[in-house]
Amino acid sequence: MKGFWHDAAEFFPILMNGVALTIVVTIGSLLLSTVLGLIWAMMRVSGIKTLSMLSASLINVIRGIPIIVLLFYLYFVMPDLGVTLSALQAAILGLGIAYSAYQAENFRAGIEAIDKGQIEAAQSIGMGWWLTMRRVVLPQAVRIVLPPYGNVMIMMLKDSSQASTITVAELALQGKLIASSTFKNTSVFTLVALMYLTMSIPLILLVRHFEKRAGKK
Amino acid sequence: MIELTDVHKSFGKVEVLKGITASVQKGEVVCIIGPSGSGKSTILRCINGLESYDRGEISVEGLKVDRDAPSIVNIRTQVSMVFQRFNLFPHRTVLENVVEGPLFVKKEPRAQVLERGRALLAQVGLAEKADAHPPQLSGGQQQRVAIARALAMQPKAILFDEPTSALDPELVGDVLGVMRKLADDGMTMVVVTHEMGFARDVADRVLFIDGGVIVEQGPAKTLLNQPQHPRTQDFLRRVLHPL
Repeated sequence: MKGFWHDAAEFFPILMNGVALTIVVTIGSLLLSTVLGLIWAMMRVSGIKTLSMLSASLINVIRGIPIIVLLFYLYFVMPDLGVTLSALQAAILGLGIAYSAYQAENFRAGIEAIDKGQIEAAQSIGMGWWLTMRRVVLPQAVRIVLPPYGNVMIMMLKDSSQASTITVAELALQGKLIASSTFKNTSVFTLVALMYLTMSIPLILLVRHFEKRAGKK
Repeated sequence: MIELTDVHKSFGKVEVLKGITASVQKGEVVCIIGPSGSGKSTILRCINGLESYDRGEISVEGLKVDRDAPSIVNIRTQVSMVFQRFNLFPHRTVLENVVEGPLFVKKEPRAQVLERGRALLAQVGLAEKADAHPPQLSGGQQQRVAIARALAMQPKAILFDEPTSALDPELVGDVLGVMRKLADDGMTMVVVTHEMGFARDVADRVLFIDGGVIVEQGPAKTLLNQPQHPRTQDFLRRVLHPL
């Protein structure tokens, strides 16, 4: 145990560099997946057949490809097509695209849960599609969508570790590098696990808060 | 003001409106009565384009009702609707519900709209509830807010779709009272209702609809007191003397 604390003090600063990158990847891909997910969801509920079919097939294609393959594709294949991305860019883009499919389905479920009478009331005072969405549907859908959105945040935090496969030196990769050069596997990976857990706890509490708020009307 | 000419409407294979021809004059109160599933609500919903119709024509002040044309916004801002289940926006306050249309659809000046909104809430007896949220109100209060919301659009006519059917019996009177005052003030109203007392006392004309056609129509008192058609007689007997 004493050894662990000693190792922890020694490795903590290096691992914190990893934490910084983990946070950058998580927040970047969270924002991207939210924007893309919203776009897919809006296309899905637009009532325009071409758009909703396009969105549905996009979602299925994205869902059907493992994140790690998506990352490899962006980082190793895109340069052959003339598009060179930094490892960090590829990681954010890959995770953002991968999670946009789940975000879209989540948003769609929230939008479709809104009572049809709400939409009719909006129409009856002359609101068009976009105004109805903006003023009536989306503000109510947010309450429904937030708890699962919080869960996605937790999953994305952990899945940001997949960026290590394309050389992004985030927490998992930093840990692996230290472990393989010092052979102190137990100390290092225990520390890494604890650091992920520490970052997850505020998010877990946030989800609980969202759930409580959604529960009361 | 509202003209329906040979209007047909089917839901899949079921034809719910089989040629409705009717008109509503400015300032007139018309009640539509009939058994459930007869197509009463569908007529209302076709007038402001919440529902499309297959054949015939509906026009409001000479403007054809076509729910896929941009002109539908024009019609909806002139013909308000009050729903059976109120359909107030639960995430906004009572006052915000009332001013939503004038502010965001008609883009009227804020101060003026807020003042009018408060005046309308006072008119329906809910001035002190302006900052409450709809779920905190009783059904009767919510429906009166919905009426204020409809009035805030300064419509030429209001459509009422069974406005008291979802209310506890002791709250029906408040809502009908507000509606009666509107009628006295000369508002053009089309009311789908099961409240025969309201129809008799307030309506100028009553249409009895059954099976997607107008079976009988006439001045309210005549139709309700001396119905001519056997189906009207049968319906009124069931409604007025359920035992």
